Amino acid sequence: MKWNKRKIIDRVMSTLTAACVVIAIIPLLSILYTVTINGISAVSLDFLTQIPRPVGEAGGGLGNAIEGTFIVVGIACLIGLPVGILSGVYLSEYGQNRFGRFVSFVADVLTGTPSIVAGMFGYTFIVLYFGSFSAIAGGVALSVLMIPIVTRTTEESLRLVPGSIKEASLALGIPKWKTTFYIVLSTARSGIITGALLSIARISGETAPLLFTSFGNMFWANGLDKPISTMPVQIYTYAITPFPDWHAKAWAGALVLIILILVLNIGVRFVTRRKYGV
Amino acid sequence: MQNKITIKNLNAWFGAKQVLHDIDIGIEKNGITAIIGPSGCGKSTFIRCLNRMHEVVPYAKASGKVLVDDRDIYDSDIDPVEIRRRIGMVFQKPNPFPTMSIRDNVVAGLKLGGLKDKKILDTMTEESLKKAALWDEVKNDLNKSGVSLSGGQQQRLCIARALAVEPEVILFDEPCSALDPISTSKIEDLMLELKEKYTIVIVTHNMQQAARVSDHTAFFLYGKLIEFGETDQIFKKPKEKSTEDYIIGRFG
Amino acid sequence: MDRLKLSFFRSSRSKLSGDFIFEAVVGLFALGILILAFLLFRELFIESGLSRKTFGLSFLFTSTWDPVNEIFGALPFIFGTLVSSFLALLIAVPFSLGIAIYLSELAPEKLRTPLSFIIELLAAIPSVIIGLWGIFILAPFIRDYLAPPLSTYLGFLPLFQGPMYGLSMLTGGVILAIMVIPITSSVSREVIMTVPTHQREAALALGATGWETTRIAVLPYSRSGIFGAVILGFGRAIGETMAVTMVIGNSPRISESLFSPSYTMASVIANEFVEATSKLYVSSLIEIGFLLLVISVIINVAARILVWKLLKVEGGKVA
Repeated sequence: MKWNKRKIIDRVMSTLTAACVVIAIIPLLSILYTVTINGISAVSLDFLTQIPRPVGEAGGGLGNAIEGTFIVVGIACLIGLPVGILSGVYLSEYGQNRFGRFVSFVADVLTGTPSIVAGMFGYTFIVLYFGSFSAIAGGVALSVLMIPIVTRTTEESLRLVPGSIKEASLALGIPKWKTTFYIVLSTARSGIITGALLSIARISGETAPLLFTSFGNMFWANGLDKPISTMPVQIYTYAITPFPDWHAKAWAGALVLIILILVLNIGVRFVTRRKYGV
Repeated sequence: MQNKITIKNLNAWFGAKQVLHDIDIGIEKNGITAIIGPSGCGKSTFIRCLNRMHEVVPYAKASGKVLVDDRDIYDSDIDPVEIRRRIGMVFQKPNPFPTMSIRDNVVAGLKLGGLKDKKILDTMTEESLKKAALWDEVKNDLNKSGVSLSGGQQQRLCIARALAVEPEVILFDEPCSALDPISTSKIEDLMLELKEKYTIVIVTHNMQQAARVSDHTAFFLYGKLIEFGETDQIFKKPKEKSTEDYIIGRFG
Repeated sequence: MDRLKLSFFRSSRSKLSGDFIFEAVVGLFALGILILAFLLFRELFIESGLSRKTFGLSFLFTSTWDPVNEIFGALPFIFGTLVSSFLALLIAVPFSLGIAIYLSELAPEKLRTPLSFIIELLAAIPSVIIGLWGIFILAPFIRDYLAPPLSTYLGFLPLFQGPMYGLSMLTGGVILAIMVIPITSSVSREVIMTVPTHQREAALALGATGWETTRIAVLPYSRSGIFGAVILGFGRAIGETMAVTMVIGNSPRISESLFSPSYTMASVIANEFVEATSKLYVSSLIEIGFLLLVISVIINVAARILVWKLLKVEGGKVA
């Protein structure tokens, strides 16, 4: 191998582009590191199971925020998963027409909706209507972000199901709707579940849509029509205070949230890797 | 000799492109009818018209009559789903349902048709797998995934799946083109057994196969039926020049 | 004589079959997406009516934001959003391109999947956590290590003048860049991977090196798609709320210096919406939200068209 100018340029470009990758990974590592280091000491059983205490008082935790996150995300799933999955079914199995392509396009554009705008929608649509911040409003706001993601991932997973599988089913005298519902959906299930879980991971960490929908609450949840505490909002509330004690709680909350989300993300990839192609 | 299916004046299109022209043919009951011809001659389209699978492809349409037991399956009050239940199909590439076990594959048609009785389902599983000459190989692995089988076994699983809904006719669309010679001969033997009870139509690229298994052979070229007759006659004394050319390998 | 035009759908539609019901049900859900999009627009449009009526177009061009006297102009926030997003792109685009090129063309085969997974993981970190990290790690870092050399060597530019306390336009831009990189790089990578292999092989067969192949055969092909990826990143930056709210300083002033605190459209909504008491105040904030929605729709439509065209033409995704 002879070293000439062209080879050197090739080497330089490879190194430069590799450096871009390395530099981009640094913030991720730094975030994971600082969240772990600052959060680990404040995480305890109490932290996970108790409600917050006033400033200056030791102890207390994010138990209610953890509970609230599950409730609000649960409401979002109740709305978002059926709407998203069934719309995806329509787009992939029946949507080869102008209407279908338009819906698909709109769903794609909606995936770019700023999360704060989704929150505003939850506010004008639900909070103003019922006259109070509520868990439901938070769930609705999150579902606005969830629906387009689930729709598009469902659509795309269904399109990956080979036509030969559908034909096999139709040729058995199984009606098209049963073919779609029982054969095609089940063949694509790992892709659909992946999309659903990733969208859950995404909305679990959202703060902006919840600021003025589910708002916040220093106590345990007391009804879906009442304000409710969530982890992201609680982390934000603690982070922007001047109290070091609360900063520690913010870090600890961040650690819990990040573990939840990373487990969903990484877990999903492993599950699908094993199932694909089988 | 009685015809199970009588095709009259069948035409088929993909969009504006006509792929079948005025086909008239009779399919003998409890016989094997082979359809041969070079690729693109319309032979696959032809058998897909026999169970109304042609029309599931977007922009595909067909016209003419396909009489099964003197009833036109293209009549407007006929449900294509019902037709497909009576006329089963086995495809070129084995296509078991990837997320189902062997057992569930076999009875998929019955279960989705609403049959729930586990005893009957188990009986049907065993019976269909026996008919498809697969039972002995899989009887201990019924809960394994259907796609864990070899290619030849998968194809026989697909045959069992088609048999389970108790069709009257089975259409084979080049069923051995993806298989090795041993699996191919197993499937050929199987077809010869099945014709006792079923009417069989097979599309094949392989002329030896047509000669080995079929009673009648139809030769298609450019979407037209060129010649149809007893297999012996077609292979030994073809009437048409182009049939002869194809059979002795001058093209195709 | 019995000429029937046959279509599976038509024959099942003729009666109230399971097929018809199923298609109708899933079709209604798909219609639900259009209704959702419509409601999103309608709600924000109606609720911002008061502000539009009161201030008209001047809302976009005045820089007074005075809740006490109820005079609202969105210019400082529009300025903050645009400048921080441009800054973010300025930083993120070269990196994203480098990442996309490395991961699709130059990296060893084995490293490609794990590395792109790690980069995409960055997109999974909740924005509030990035903001937390921004307050306590990134802002001090920029204040202590990035700002001093900038003001020493480039201090003659108004961009890098004045005191720097950490929370600033610069910090906002950097944090947005971090959040834009995953999306821009992964879409660019997807686009680059749609360049047909024979295109690459043609260049390689001429004796081109890996980089030359990329430059000659790959990049010219993917230009419009990469542009789409950049626009998508811009959309992400403009709509991003929490992280930038936590580090940009939240001060509704227009300053030439990147060292000064600033305010974005999304941040002002996040900070003031709950406290907004008067109808006009709320309506003005909703108008800002409406503007944000309109901008993001325009950006996304443009980006999708650019990316789609490429992915479709090259057959990268089966249509």
